[in-house]
Amino acid sequence: MTAAGGLAQAGENPAIVRPSRERTASWPLADRIGYWLCWATGIGLCLIALAIVLFMFIKGISYLRPSLFLKSPAPSLHQNQSGGFRDPIEGTLIVTAIGILIAGPLGVAIAAWLSEYRRPSWLARSVESAVEMMAGVPSIVLAIFGLLIFSQGFLAFLSQGTAQGALGESFLDAGVVMSILALPLVVASTREALAQLPDRLREASYALGKTRATTIRRVLLPAIRPSIASGVVLGMGRIIGDTAIITILLGVTLKNEPAGSTPVFSTLRGTGSTLTSYVYTNSPAGEGNAHQKAYAAAFVLLMIVLALNALVTRLTGGSELAGDRPRARLISRLWRRPAWTR
Amino acid sequence: MPPPVRRIALGRDPHVAAPRASSNGELPMSPAIAAKARASRPPVSAKVRERMLIDSVSLAYGENWVVRNVSLPVRQGEVLALIGASGSGKTTLLRSLNRLTEVTAGAGRSGQITLDGQEIHELEVNDLRRRVSMVFQQPNPFPMSIFDNVAYALAEQRPTGGRRRRRRSAELERAAADALRRAGLYDEVAGDLDRSALRLSGGQQQRLCIARALAAQPEVLLLDEPCSALDPISTATIEELIVNLRESVAIVIVTHNLQQAFRVADHVAFMHLGELVEYGPSAEVFDRPRQQRTRDYVSGAFG
Repeated sequence: MTAAGGLAQAGENPAIVRPSRERTASWPLADRIGYWLCWATGIGLCLIALAIVLFMFIKGISYLRPSLFLKSPAPSLHQNQSGGFRDPIEGTLIVTAIGILIAGPLGVAIAAWLSEYRRPSWLARSVESAVEMMAGVPSIVLAIFGLLIFSQGFLAFLSQGTAQGALGESFLDAGVVMSILALPLVVASTREALAQLPDRLREASYALGKTRATTIRRVLLPAIRPSIASGVVLGMGRIIGDTAIITILLGVTLKNEPAGSTPVFSTLRGTGSTLTSYVYTNSPAGEGNAHQKAYAAAFVLLMIVLALNALVTRLTGGSELAGDRPRARLISRLWRRPAWTR
Repeated sequence: MPPPVRRIALGRDPHVAAPRASSNGELPMSPAIAAKARASRPPVSAKVRERMLIDSVSLAYGENWVVRNVSLPVRQGEVLALIGASGSGKTTLLRSLNRLTEVTAGAGRSGQITLDGQEIHELEVNDLRRRVSMVFQQPNPFPMSIFDNVAYALAEQRPTGGRRRRRRSAELERAAADALRRAGLYDEVAGDLDRSALRLSGGQQQRLCIARALAAQPEVLLLDEPCSALDPISTATIEELIVNLRESVAIVIVTHNLQQAFRVADHVAFMHLGELVEYGPSAEVFDRPRQQRTRDYVSGAFG
């Protein structure tokens, strides 16, 4: 057999030398301590996250019954008569929908203006600071501010009351303030994605005789659809998880109480509760005295937020090429099997 | 008006210099082969029409003058190549023709540029850019389907306040297919117009960009080193395309590749440090340059 023949033989791979694992023995002591601290904190964080999920899973799943999703809460001292958390789930959905319907388009518009126009520059800088400030304000401060505004008589149409003074508590009021919570997240992710788009994309569009607005609408925003979606989903997560705004601006009534008799609008103007406020009132700290249901609701809440996080990872993590029939791509992204099942 | 061509009388018989090694270090091409490459192209039609006129134009970014006092005609029916070393102002001059320099802050201009006799600053800028279209150095298709790339260029700007419905019709499809056909891409992509343009090869992407630029039926096509990111085969395809297109649209091409300029151009303008050194029919500029600097450049002495 010739030497060339030996190489051509199938199934026989040459011995490969791989570098051995990096050793820290030769590092300075300070570096080694830092290295092990990084390890320790990393593992510690994983353990905490695992503990939360495991604890809520064990506590929650044992109390979770299908009927809890279907029954409205009822006033009772006995756990088996105090109903489920159907109304809070509906409340969470309504508040989230209102908040994101406002924050989504507004956030994308602000981000597009900040990234593509920025003129006059003093205004752009002010808007940037304002958005940053919104991101930093504690939600309880936003809530109390919202109550101040929405209890004005001229805003009574959003909740209940007369021209002299409004209740200031309704799904609309809470949703509007919630949108301030989600807005910075939408702005940040949209802006970052726009900044990362190469300038040649813009130039190509200008060179075809397209205006700046058309370029943004037809080229830039479609190109960053996944980033916008992830910003929106993050904003939704933020809204779903907030309690302070709900306690102050939604009334935290046992059931969702419509105001008036107009089919949809009455619910929106009415008071209610969400999963977070349900957990709070039924926890040992609240007055509902249904701890088991609080755990079950907290578990549902955790699952919703985790699902949203997974959705973000999926929307932004894909490395597929943009442009193949966007709708089909989005759906395939949502339904793509995780790598480890393939 | 002063003639746009600088002609400098030379005392002695000009030395005949064939284009040698180009700036990017390709092997020198023998004059015989080069002549053959040029001979295979269709002859310039008799109907040459002046589309744009650059009249003593100077361009500046801030306080920095990058183009000084350049005068050139751009004619339909022929290809004008701008050659010169890096930093000679070719690209800036090209971008000023559809006012794309204005995208850069601080850009300024003196002198006149006219399109069909009209000063381009008096035209509406987006209207001008539809009439004077541009293809860039890097292929830059939009991250959407092949069809949408061309359809986007075709879609008319809606007048403010108007509510025109989008032309999602057979008419649009025909126009898009026509543009792709003119760019010589249609046969390769006819089956999958709905695929992402980013899946195409570099050469196909660049031809898609040409199709996109041609879709709005421009009068002038500006090409900024369209082949510098492409392999030789794609380059040859695009050069052939350029030569065939010059009948229907005036073409200005910026190139670093002297052989390419020699192959595709009918007129060549050599720029150096912002000044127009020499302008003339390409055979003259390459074979009998009148200026020493041109002679040095086309023979590969610098650049």
